[in-house]
Amino acid sequence: MPSASGPLVLARALRKTFGSFTAVDGIDFEVRPGEAFGFLGPNGAGKTSTMRMIACASPVTSGELRVFDRDPRTDASAIKARLGVVPQADNLDAELTVRENLLMYARYFDIPQRVARDRAEELLAFVQLAERRDSQVETLSGGMKRRLTIARALVNEPELILLDEPTTGLDPQARHLIWERLYRLKRQGTTLLLTTHYMDEAEQLCDRLLVMDKGRIVAEGSPRELIARYVTREVLEVRMTDEVRAANAGRLATLGTHLEHLPERLQFYADDGEQVLEQIHQMGLPVERALVRRATLEDVFLRLTGRTLID
Amino acid sequence: MPNALRIVQRNALVYRRTWRGNVLMTVVQPVLVLSAMGLGVGALVDRGGAALPGNVPYLVFLAPGLLAATCMQTASFESSFPISGKMTWQKNYHAIAGTPMRIVDIVAGELAWVALRLLAVSVAFTAALFAFGAARSPLVLAAVPAAILTGLAFSAPIMAFAATLKNGGNFNALFRFIITPLFLFSGVYFPVTRLPEWLQRAAPWTPLYHGVELTRGLVLHTLTWPSAAVHLAYLLVMCGSGTVAAVWTFSGKLRA
Ligand SMILES: Nc1ncnc2c1ncn2[C@@H]1O[C@H](COP(=O)(O)OP(=O)(O)OP(=O)(O)O)[C@@H](O)[C@H]1O
Ligand SMILES: [Mg+2]
Repeated sequence: MPSASGPLVLARALRKTFGSFTAVDGIDFEVRPGEAFGFLGPNGAGKTSTMRMIACASPVTSGELRVFDRDPRTDASAIKARLGVVPQADNLDAELTVRENLLMYARYFDIPQRVARDRAEELLAFVQLAERRDSQVETLSGGMKRRLTIARALVNEPELILLDEPTTGLDPQARHLIWERLYRLKRQGTTLLLTTHYMDEAEQLCDRLLVMDKGRIVAEGSPRELIARYVTREVLEVRMTDEVRAANAGRLATLGTHLEHLPERLQFYADDGEQVLEQIHQMGLPVERALVRRATLEDVFLRLTGRTLID
Repeated sequence: MPNALRIVQRNALVYRRTWRGNVLMTVVQPVLVLSAMGLGVGALVDRGGAALPGNVPYLVFLAPGLLAATCMQTASFESSFPISGKMTWQKNYHAIAGTPMRIVDIVAGELAWVALRLLAVSVAFTAALFAFGAARSPLVLAAVPAAILTGLAFSAPIMAFAATLKNGGNFNALFRFIITPLFLFSGVYFPVTRLPEWLQRAAPWTPLYHGVELTRGLVLHTLTWPSAAVHLAYLLVMCGSGTVAAVWTFSGKLRA
């Protein structure tokens, strides 16, 4: 057993290669009990590869990885017994019903049938699938399948849940329901480790974030810390005609702490957005539309990982 | 309860919904083949005074060989499409590999399930033999384990192969160029001594031949100890090496 305060996951110089390709390039991190820890990063950053190593589904190439203070190479079954896994792509048993999926999965964990039956009912209620308990899995919507996959991951009452993009492709209602459920789990003391492409999800759920890019860690901290460190408090978005933008590029660049040229708008990073807008008005430049908003994690993410699509 | 039995339990859960169609295959088909071949063709063969080993009627000669071959066929089918489907589009095994179940447990479980299906096939078949009056003694029951072993000798290597395929697998070549020819030329319908010289010499290298010889030899009491040992060894080596290969290919897919 790990000491009460020891990390649930500890990675040191962790690497994963596929042939000559390096997917995870020497990363260090710790996941502490009770926290919600998030991996951010563009497509191909190495998030799933990292999650799979933690889940003992993929051998570590080099470096150190400990989960529950155990070695995935030698203690995989013991680790998996305490882990819940929600993979990036659902892999439910299509030949079984909703309820049977939970019952059968419980059996793989050696959970007695009687206990499994009670737990399946609880979990079906928890993810709001009780009325669909006897449906074939194929007849479920994407959001329902995702919820069932989450319920399945909870069947062994895991101490740590790995969620690889838990809400990708779901409608807002479904996402909010999942967030609310994950939040509840967190309050009950379950440690969450998730990857996401949604900054609002990261901001809502995660205490601590790790931004990855090309297999490396580019930043780490709480959402608030990351915003404070990498962007200003506010962002002023301004839309003006291309001619005005071109003619005044030099003057505009002096405003705020940082200016980003986007195809359809200018984005000024500043602690006081209104003040920058005021300065633009004083220059007498015609503004089509202007908006001052708080800087978000999305601004951090784009700043750190670049605006161009990598692959 | 050993972990492998969870896989059996899972397959049984699915089978509960599909068994009707399957039972038809399991029971009706052997009865049809036995009556057509055994009684129909048998009447001609027996009248022709052909010398069959042990000088038995054709139906009695045919039955054990057909049982072994049916087990081969059932085992091959059960070890091909379902396995490949669960490895590729369903990704069932990926989900199971996320639990404390080990890859050996998964492979052993699938083999145990096939064995159970073969038991059902063999029992149904043997019952049909009694019904036809072709079972001369309780010795017929000895055919059951021999036929199951024959099936498993095919099951294990085919599972190993099925796990390597993409998109649910293409098994046409397997069935067309291996299973069907074996069915025809392994001494099921006629003794291999009737084959051309070169095929006769090839027969002892092929697996179904040993399954048929072992099963029939046990039933007709024509088996010698040395040949029994060879048949058994051949089939057991296939089972063993096939299982090792399956654990290997499953691991390759599930632990990348
Ligand atoms: N089994 C594999 N064989 C070869 N390359 C792989 C394999 N799995 C992943 N990769 C490669 O490793 C890199 C990292 O992939 P990974 O799935 O970890 O990224 P990710 O951060 O999860 O991306 P996404 O946000 O798109 O899910 C990618 O370039 C991917 O092509
Ligand atoms: Mg991924």
